[in-house]
Amino acid sequence: MQITVNGQTQELTVQDNTLLIDLIRDQLHLTGTHSGCDTTQCGCCTVLMDQVAVKSCTILARQAEGASIQTIEGLALQDLHPVQEAFSQEHGLQCGYCTPGMIMSTVYLLQRYPNPSDEQIKEGLAGNICRCTGYVNIIKAVKSAAKKMQETKA
Amino acid sequence: MNTFQYHLTNHLQLAKDIFVSNENARFLSGGMTLLPSMKHGLIQPDHLIDVSKIPDLQVLKETSDHLIIGAAVKHDQVANHPMVQSAIPGLAYLASQIGDPQVRARGTIGGSIANNDPSADYPAGALALKAMMVTDRRDIAAEDFFTGFYSTALEEGEILSQIKFAKPIKSAYAKFKQAASGYALAGVFIAVYPDQEIRVTVTGVGAGVFRWTEAEQAFLNPKMKPSIERDDLISDLHAPSAYRVNIAQVLFKKAAQQIQNN
Repeated sequence: MQITVNGQTQELTVQDNTLLIDLIRDQLHLTGTHSGCDTTQCGCCTVLMDQVAVKSCTILARQAEGASIQTIEGLALQDLHPVQEAFSQEHGLQCGYCTPGMIMSTVYLLQRYPNPSDEQIKEGLAGNICRCTGYVNIIKAVKSAAKKMQETKA
Repeated sequence: MNTFQYHLTNHLQLAKDIFVSNENARFLSGGMTLLPSMKHGLIQPDHLIDVSKIPDLQVLKETSDHLIIGAAVKHDQVANHPMVQSAIPGLAYLASQIGDPQVRARGTIGGSIANNDPSADYPAGALALKAMMVTDRRDIAAEDFFTGFYSTALEEGEILSQIKFAKPIKSAYAKFKQAASGYALAGVFIAVYPDQEIRVTVTGVGAGVFRWTEAEQAFLNPKMKPSIERDDLISDLHAPSAYRVNIAQVLFKKAAQQIQNN
């Protein structure tokens, strides 16, 4: 099957029962995408599929045939992506396990709401769980990222 | 997950043919329930037939009386489509309250309706909005379609292709989410049709979606407090049945208030 991951189009052979997350981690060795609950709840495995945030533990690789996938590794070009920078600066993480998913969901959220309210942030990250419960700083990080991105645009 | 063969087709007829010529096949749309069920070993199909790219299942259109939504239309599309928002705002809101953003990006209306989870949101909307389930072989009215706990009138190999909603004058949905799953601990949908025809439905409270006739009467007579008398109320670790009934009564008031204010 053909799939584009972080801008690179590749031809891969996969088993029909391979999950997208296993393709990403085990076949492509992009281990930034984490597997947390494996039951579509925690959001650690969130990636962008054709620019939409999805949980890669609940999609068959074959369902992503022809799609363009962006993982956490594909965000930073030379410097960190503004969302990554903001999570670092605002200490929007403790153990860091949920962070790749949080960041991918934030990127998706900011595409739709460049200047989100607290309510929109909570709703936008409802599919991502932080077991360290560091949500206060996560929300701060999203706001700071939104500000950074607005400034760069202006 | 067990091994299986994945089939993708853009043709309804081909999907049916693949089903018929293979033992132990299942249709796959968004996979938000099917794939987790397979991971848990609850279902172990030998063939998955992906119907999500069939054009008939992707329509979203309206006539003067109806809103027609293809079975493979995703929750996010229903929630955000201007046509749904203006024709049946209660249905757009209902879709916006399902699961979380990532689930709404994949899960489909047809999958939810065909699965008929007793705590799912769409069955409440479909039953209140006099929906007609259009399949590859017939039209089934919502009343006859939802037949109880995770069961529907769909026959072996029958494909739900479109859902045809009767446009109401007003509609509203109120939901109390089970915090971990996002499913409805209780959900109440109200649809108002001409000639004071009121339809109130409840999800999350009984073994399957049902019409709440006491609430339909109470809508026109606000002094009444509608009760729910059934022998199939859900009682589990998330909430006992009395609590769910109470929440449903509160949600009914909320939804009714919304209709009055609009």
